[in-house]
Amino acid sequence: MSNLKLIIRREFIARVRNKTFVVMTFLSPLIFVGMIGLITWLTTLNDDQVYKIGLLDETGNFESYFKNTKSVHYIDYSNLTINTAKDSVLINELYGLLHIPKGKSNTELEKAIEFYSEEAPNIEILQHIEKIISDELTHQNFKKQGVDINIIEKSKAKVDIQVENFLGEKTSKISSYVKMFFGGLAGYLLLMFVIIYGNMVMRSVIEEKTSRIIEVIISSVKPVQLMIGKILGTTLAGVLQFFIWVIIGGVLFFIASFYLGVDIQPGSSEQVSQILQDKDAMKQSQLILEDIKNLPIISLTILFLVYFIGGYFLYSSIYAAIGAAVDSETDSQQFMLPIIVPLMLAFYVGVFSVIENPHGTVSTVFSMIPLTSPIVMLMRVPFGVDWWQVVISILILVISIWFMVVFAAKIYRIGILMYGKKPTYREIFKWLKY
Amino acid sequence: MTNLLEVQHATKRFGSFTALQDVSIKVPKGSIFGLLGPNGAGKTTLIRIVNQITLPDEGNVFLDGEPLQPHHIKDIGYLPEERGLYKSMKVGEQALYLAQLKGLSKKEAQDRLKYWFDKFDITNWWDKKIQELSKGMAQKVQFIVTVLHRPKLLIFDEPFSGFDPINANVIKDEILQLRDEGATVIFSTHRMESVEELCDHIALIHKSKKILEGRVSDIKRAYKANTFEVGLLTNDDNGLFNSINDKFDVTTADFKTIDKQLKLRITLNDEISSNDLLSYLSDKAQVLRFNEVIPSVNEIFIKTITENE
Repeated sequence: MSNLKLIIRREFIARVRNKTFVVMTFLSPLIFVGMIGLITWLTTLNDDQVYKIGLLDETGNFESYFKNTKSVHYIDYSNLTINTAKDSVLINELYGLLHIPKGKSNTELEKAIEFYSEEAPNIEILQHIEKIISDELTHQNFKKQGVDINIIEKSKAKVDIQVENFLGEKTSKISSYVKMFFGGLAGYLLLMFVIIYGNMVMRSVIEEKTSRIIEVIISSVKPVQLMIGKILGTTLAGVLQFFIWVIIGGVLFFIASFYLGVDIQPGSSEQVSQILQDKDAMKQSQLILEDIKNLPIISLTILFLVYFIGGYFLYSSIYAAIGAAVDSETDSQQFMLPIIVPLMLAFYVGVFSVIENPHGTVSTVFSMIPLTSPIVMLMRVPFGVDWWQVVISILILVISIWFMVVFAAKIYRIGILMYGKKPTYREIFKWLKY
Repeated sequence: MTNLLEVQHATKRFGSFTALQDVSIKVPKGSIFGLLGPNGAGKTTLIRIVNQITLPDEGNVFLDGEPLQPHHIKDIGYLPEERGLYKSMKVGEQALYLAQLKGLSKKEAQDRLKYWFDKFDITNWWDKKIQELSKGMAQKVQFIVTVLHRPKLLIFDEPFSGFDPINANVIKDEILQLRDEGATVIFSTHRMESVEELCDHIALIHKSKKILEGRVSDIKRAYKANTFEVGLLTNDDNGLFNSINDKFDVTTADFKTIDKQLKLRITLNDEISSNDLLSYLSDKAQVLRFNEVIPSVNEIFIKTITENE
């Protein structure tokens, strides 16, 4: 077996056998799904609350339009005076009191209706109430003007612009968000992967330094070989972890959605009619699915792999060099800046600039600069990027990786044999010339 | 006798600091070669050059007549001064890994490890992690790993540090046996008594230059000052001292005896032989002790270093 293979194997086994790794691999998906479950549960908990609202309609015109819904119940206080109504709302611990005064014209009424409550009222409930009253007032106004409401209802038109691209494929209106979601997800995954596994590479280098095995090893293999073997071995462990996450996550989501699905089934007739009314929304979500299908899946996957591996290699060689330069993990903090700044910059440029204009100058430039290109380009790819831009960006990336590995190997070669003192940037720069 | 290792005019600079300046050494095949020098003299740099860990700026290295090449790594076994093993890896796995890096097949490595583990009676350590072993135990594993691939050249940097006297002896015997089996040994140490005991050749490096090299016996011959230590039995110590002092270059000496003697150190010039001195002394007193003062490696070490300051 060649030495590189031996090193990769050892590094892989060392990572995988690590207890933290095992725990993280199997626990993270559980925690993740658990969190989602918890959030869902908390939301449904909120939904169960019933808002009881006292209704004092002095005009008697609107009472009949306030029908109890699942979450809002109205209690009729119309025969009470405003003060007694307020008191009984407080005593009965109702959510609030809606007061529609009498003796006002419709125009006056628009500003005269009051809602009393102890805390700032839920905006959704307020909007709901406003809509009921506005609708009724509008109807009344029409009637006064002698307009037949049925005619108005019949002649109402609703325009829904269908968004299509030039190839005639229909897309949803939020198409760019769908694209952003996939690009952002890819970029975010790379960001997390670089930080987690880059750190692992660094720790492993530091471990070899502190356990003093390094000189034994490099009397058998070249330092560059050791460094590359280490990065590759750790990558394999990361890919394995990723794979397990996807599988466990998939299974857990399947189980979860199965249970949630059962939960939704015995819906009330109200819900069903709601769903029927939302036919448009359904069509919209079908279009979103269509959007996802229309994404350039193959080129997206290939480019994802290329930039993922490229970006990871670029950063982990920096991590390896830092690990070689320092004696302990605490000392490494001062050298983290060159890693964190471009990563964050790339991510924020991706999030803010790409969504606004995926082909603008800022996005294009950052998708060329090697330290930011993997993340930014991954975010741009779903929007469709000219192939020549991709080629140039990959070319720059590959050349930079080569330079970075050579550069890191030089620091690594010297650094691993240096003990005792915390190096400065200047000293590390000097090592490059040895 | 041919040389297994030849370093010719090796120079290594780190920035403005010269770690090694024009150093040449010849290590004869089958010898135990002591590489001596104070801390920071450049020994480790020289050893790292031989191990191809660092490349020299100038100069050449030949192993067994060939210019040093990457494949020579498997011909060298190196026990560095800064040594260690992966703490959380099991002893057996680790030894196999390191042996395979030196080019042994897994099978070969397993067979040879079994032999050594049996020899040192440590078979039950195989599945232990290094962090469970004591320092001395770990050193034994490290020694085995260094010699396992049967290299032509063994380089030991302070091999006895961390061993108790009994285990140090075990290791010493192993080193001698390896030499007898044909290996050449380079030995870097500060412990002069082990140099005295083991080395037949030495080189002394000081301030990145080699200041002395050769066969230990030749060096001692060159450094002896024609001085003799004598123990004399006489009634009149003062009278005898004065008469000898008139004729020779005399100082008092100190060595342990069971009875009282006149103890002297007499240095001869080239015209007088040791026989002349002996017959002169035997006329005057009873000679209980008469031996040539041979400088120890330690004395030579200190003398050369101070002379070169």
